Amino acid sequence: MATITTQPKIPKPLLDNTGDDPTSRAPLVLGDNDFTSITDKVAGIAAGKPPFSWWVAFLIAVSMLGVLGLLIGYLFSTGVGVWGNNQPVSWGFPIVNFVFWVGIGHAGTLISAVLFLFRQNWRTAINRFAEAMTIFAVMCAGLFPGIHVGRPWLAYWLAPIPNQMGMWPQFRSPLLWDVFAVGTYATVSLLFWYVGMIPDLATFRDRCKNKYGQFAYGLFSLGWTGSSRAWHRYEKAYLLLAALATPLVLSVHSVVSFDFAVAQLPGWHTTIFPPYFVAGAIYGGFAMVITLAVPARAMLGLKDIITDRHIENCCKVMLGTGMIVAYAYSIEFFVAWYSGHHYEQAAFMNRALGPYAWAYYTMIFCNIIGPQILWFKWCRRNVFTIMFAAMCVNVGMWFERFVIVVTSLQRDYLPSSWAMFTPTWVDLGMLICSFGLFFTFFLLFCKFLPVIAMAEIKTVMPQAHDIVHEPGEPYNPDEDQADYRPDHPVTDGEGR
Amino acid sequence: MTQVMDPPSLDSATQSPGKLHGVIAEFETVNDIMRAAKKTRAEGFKRWDVHSPFPIHGIDAAIGIRPTILPWIVLICGITGMLVGLALVLGTMATDSIDLPGLPGAAAPIRGYTFLISGKPFNSFPAFIPVVFETTILLSAFGAVFGMLLLNRLPKLANPLLKSVNFRRVTADRFFIEVQALDRRFDKDKTTEFLKGLGAVSVELIED
Repeated sequence: MATITTQPKIPKPLLDNTGDDPTSRAPLVLGDNDFTSITDKVAGIAAGKPPFSWWVAFLIAVSMLGVLGLLIGYLFSTGVGVWGNNQPVSWGFPIVNFVFWVGIGHAGTLISAVLFLFRQNWRTAINRFAEAMTIFAVMCAGLFPGIHVGRPWLAYWLAPIPNQMGMWPQFRSPLLWDVFAVGTYATVSLLFWYVGMIPDLATFRDRCKNKYGQFAYGLFSLGWTGSSRAWHRYEKAYLLLAALATPLVLSVHSVVSFDFAVAQLPGWHTTIFPPYFVAGAIYGGFAMVITLAVPARAMLGLKDIITDRHIENCCKVMLGTGMIVAYAYSIEFFVAWYSGHHYEQAAFMNRALGPYAWAYYTMIFCNIIGPQILWFKWCRRNVFTIMFAAMCVNVGMWFERFVIVVTSLQRDYLPSSWAMFTPTWVDLGMLICSFGLFFTFFLLFCKFLPVIAMAEIKTVMPQAHDIVHEPGEPYNPDEDQADYRPDHPVTDGEGR
Repeated sequence: MTQVMDPPSLDSATQSPGKLHGVIAEFETVNDIMRAAKKTRAEGFKRWDVHSPFPIHGIDAAIGIRPTILPWIVLICGITGMLVGLALVLGTMATDSIDLPGLPGAAAPIRGYTFLISGKPFNSFPAFIPVVFETTILLSAFGAVFGMLLLNRLPKLANPLLKSVNFRRVTADRFFIEVQALDRRFDKDKTTEFLKGLGAVSVELIED
């Protein structure tokens, strides 16, 4: 073609993008990758045989899922007495686990929606599996209140179904708000995840050699052909979903915190709960993102796409939200003292000095002290220190919910109704085996679905923006996405 | 410079006459497709499209795509969701003397159920906001997803384009211009020649 006089310049492949040089934007995809190699890498995971480590992990996860099924069967056949729940600690492990799992889900939506609205392009590498994490975490979360209602065969009473008794759910109750919030959250997250996956499922459809795979991927990709008109509406729909999911995700954990804050119980009845819970949810969720991303990117060979910089960014988000959580812990104590409310003060003294002080200090160590190592750059780059911090937060955030639920309930106004809470083996088994549910689905997702949002990753590669302008051509600002071309010299001086 | 090849299907098309859907031209880079798209638009084609593995920035302006009405659909769905939520909470919590319209086939009319909690008013509006908010978001999200699919005419599982082996790379690393036979300016030979002249690496006729 005579018109193309200069070939577009693609920056040299880089192997390290963790530099802090503010004069150039770090590339988001490393190595000598182009559209073909990205497609080959991601689609190759689903096409090839899974690695041995996948089979080992899957076998363990499925076994745990089976044990979870048996435990639920035991619970249903015997009754909630198999748990340690008692009076006054009637919420116990099921609600602790519910809040823990639903919190983990929040990081996925934060990455997919909030970071999208803030134009944080690095999110493209991790958003797909973070969203998958959201879906599976919400599944685990939904399980616990479902089996906690005592008569699970009547759980449908939670839904506003017209019935012959003329009975309706109590819409003034935060527990019912939870049904709507978590139900909407699960539905919207699933839609968001699926819409994002349609173009990548089409890629799988076009590359699949297997008849059943072609049928399944063909069905779920809905006949996507990448038409520009379709992309135009698709991008608009994606933006709208992100804008809808952002207030939604903030509402969900706020509503979960209302379960506590609306009650009159000392230790729960505080206005700081909604922002504190949302920050804690993102904190715990990012820890789970790191826990999954660090081994997955090694196991699936995706270190060029989920780069060290992505992990470092996650560490920074974790550090930031961790500081909000630390602030909330201290302000809770301040407000208890400042309120002059004896019961409130007693509840917090009980947390720090009472019989569950060991849980409180586990929480303080895991959530506030341990992750502080992430202030150091080398700790954000070393896989062992990263995993140490993430594991600290995973454990710490579970203990946070344990402390909130158990220490407040076990000692309220009347000392005559105080009691201790001891989990049974069924409690512990269900907590541990809920990870089996989570990891079974997560490993199946890694095997059969696009782990990386291929279409999105391609839009942030420099090759997607190498458009050479002809002299005299009208300037189109949409084409000028200099952000994506980190080291691209500004040579063709039209309209810049 | 790219080499223009005659794909085998051009010959097979002459042997087995089917209904012609259109012609597709394959390009290798974003720069090539942008340039070709601008020229195709300048040529005056109306029923044509660009297919790409990812949304190309600036392609909307280059081929003249008008903004979608999707945001309005989402707004309408959002307002509907809010009204449904309000009707649900107010109808069930704040009324019981009025019979609400029954569902078709329901044995009895649906009634609300008022009950007094701590002396609070039956219409405790602040306490109803979370549920109304969630139904608003839920129906808006349905509007965004299903509205987008509807406007894009998806699902469309049978598409003549998907029969082409070359076209399979459109979801991986290649860019295509499709000119449909329905276009008034379409001429089998002239359009094929035109697309070859744009620097396509392959040009292929697509039959229905």
